[in-house]
Amino acid sequence: MNKAIARGVGAVALSALSVTAVLADADDDQLVINGEIEIVTEAAAAAHLENLDTVYSGWRFRKDETQSAQADDFENPGFIFVETAMDSWNTVEGEAGKSCASCHGDPEDMAGAKPTYPKWNEKAGEVRSLEMQVNGCRTEQMQAEEWKYTGSDMTNMIALLSSVSRGMPVNVAIDGPAQATWEKGKEMYYTRYGQLELSCANCHEDNYGNMIRADHLSQGQINGFPAYRLKNTKLNTVHDRFKGCIRDTRAETFSPSSADLVALELYVMSRGNGLSVEGPSVRN
Amino acid sequence: MGRGFQLAIAASLCATMAVADAPAPADVVYEDGAVAQSLTGVAGDVESGRKIMNKGAGNCIACHQVTDLQDLPFHGEIGPSLDGAADRWEESQLRGIVANAKIMFPDTMMPSFYKNTGYIRPGNAYTGKAPEGELSPLLTAQEVEDVVAYLLTLKE
Ligand code: HEC
Ligand code: HEC
Repeated sequence: MNKAIARGVGAVALSALSVTAVLADADDDQLVINGEIEIVTEAAAAAHLENLDTVYSGWRFRKDETQSAQADDFENPGFIFVETAMDSWNTVEGEAGKSCASCHGDPEDMAGAKPTYPKWNEKAGEVRSLEMQVNGCRTEQMQAEEWKYTGSDMTNMIALLSSVSRGMPVNVAIDGPAQATWEKGKEMYYTRYGQLELSCANCHEDNYGNMIRADHLSQGQINGFPAYRLKNTKLNTVHDRFKGCIRDTRAETFSPSSADLVALELYVMSRGNGLSVEGPSVRN
Repeated sequence: MGRGFQLAIAASLCATMAVADAPAPADVVYEDGAVAQSLTGVAGDVESGRKIMNKGAGNCIACHQVTDLQDLPFHGEIGPSLDGAADRWEESQLRGIVANAKIMFPDTMMPSFYKNTGYIRPGNAYTGKAPEGELSPLLTAQEVEDVVAYLLTLKE
């Protein structure tokens, strides 16, 4: 394909709307949050990634305005939800009379958890997402009700847990007991679902950096989740994002919290090994 | 205005005839990825084809650039520019590419527009739900002909 021509046409379309951004692959911008947390948005691809040399955060594909909203917590709308989660962190709920804080101290003490999930849980004998782990604490330790998997209580809490790990490298284990789940996720990633017969790889591996209609394709990394999207003005979960992308192939989607999407999550997270955790991120 | 109305009626008549005559997607005969026979026997409508390039199930410019369609914003960069497509391809080849590009270009990302079986987890359009009953191809046989007629105007 002739990229120069492609860009030329794109530029015509854009200049009609007097937008000055240059369409291209990942840009060269660097992300430092609050002037202190350095975010790695570009890293050498993990050895298991056969078709990529370099991995990029989705942040590198966004326009400057969107990017800068993530550089300062006061400007990042995702932090309203992080603050709400601080309250639930300290709220006693359930028969056991405990809050998250009763067992875990400060949210900051959880730094380092987010980059390793989804993760094999020996007792449960399965790979668990961070949401599953939080609900495990709620039902087993607190004897409280489960939160809805993609509901706001849960998503806000995941945003809080992510925020305290910002700057730490994504580092999920893909071998040992997690391997079978990882393989399943990998197979899903390369499956051409739906009537449009499109796989994740078609868009996010073969065509990142290219425009698909008005959208600038990124590598579809999840190091930045939950993501505050300007489009729907809320925090978006990983499973809802996957569900949306699969729906857009005119496929029957998978349900959030399903074992299928947890497997896909493990695989996609492993594609970002080495990138920094940066959630809650800001995307369009 | 009266003329536009008449044209619209003519077009819808054509569409009806097309449904009766068109081969089922599985019965279309491909030779080296090309389809010699018109799917409907009714000449394609260039104007209708032009619209399908932009909208609905066609949305070809999601992936392709077309200078002739520059009045429309946001052309994709996934596939090659279609400028001069009619210089590069015969009508039968363009029909084959639009109907099922995966025969001309194995493994291509381009969707197959005249096909309705053989999918993995097909859904009911963009609802994310399971389909109810048999799927319709992304484009009707006449819409394929309309798009082919439009592509045949793309000469350099
Ligand atoms: C038809 C194209 C297409 C397919 C197929 C597709 N996506 Fe996407 N995806 C997009 C677009 C467009 C966006 C928004 C721009 C961007 O961030 O890439 C997006 C965004 C994402 C994001 C958000 C990235 C960020 O930084 O916020 C994730 C994660 C993602 N996709 C994962 C997937 C996965 C996993 C699959 C397969 C199950 C998939 N996508 C299939 C088009 C697609
Ligand atoms: C999701 C992306 C996508 C969509 C949507 C799409 N195409 Fe394509 N198309 C491609 C790609 C990629 C190729 C290059 C073939 C290959 O894979 O080698 C291609 C090739 C072509 C070619 C041959 C190009 C040349 O000039 O040599 C034509 C003609 C064509 N497409 C027409 C269409 C039409 C008409 C539509 C809509 C009805 C359409 N395409 C929709 C991705 C797409």
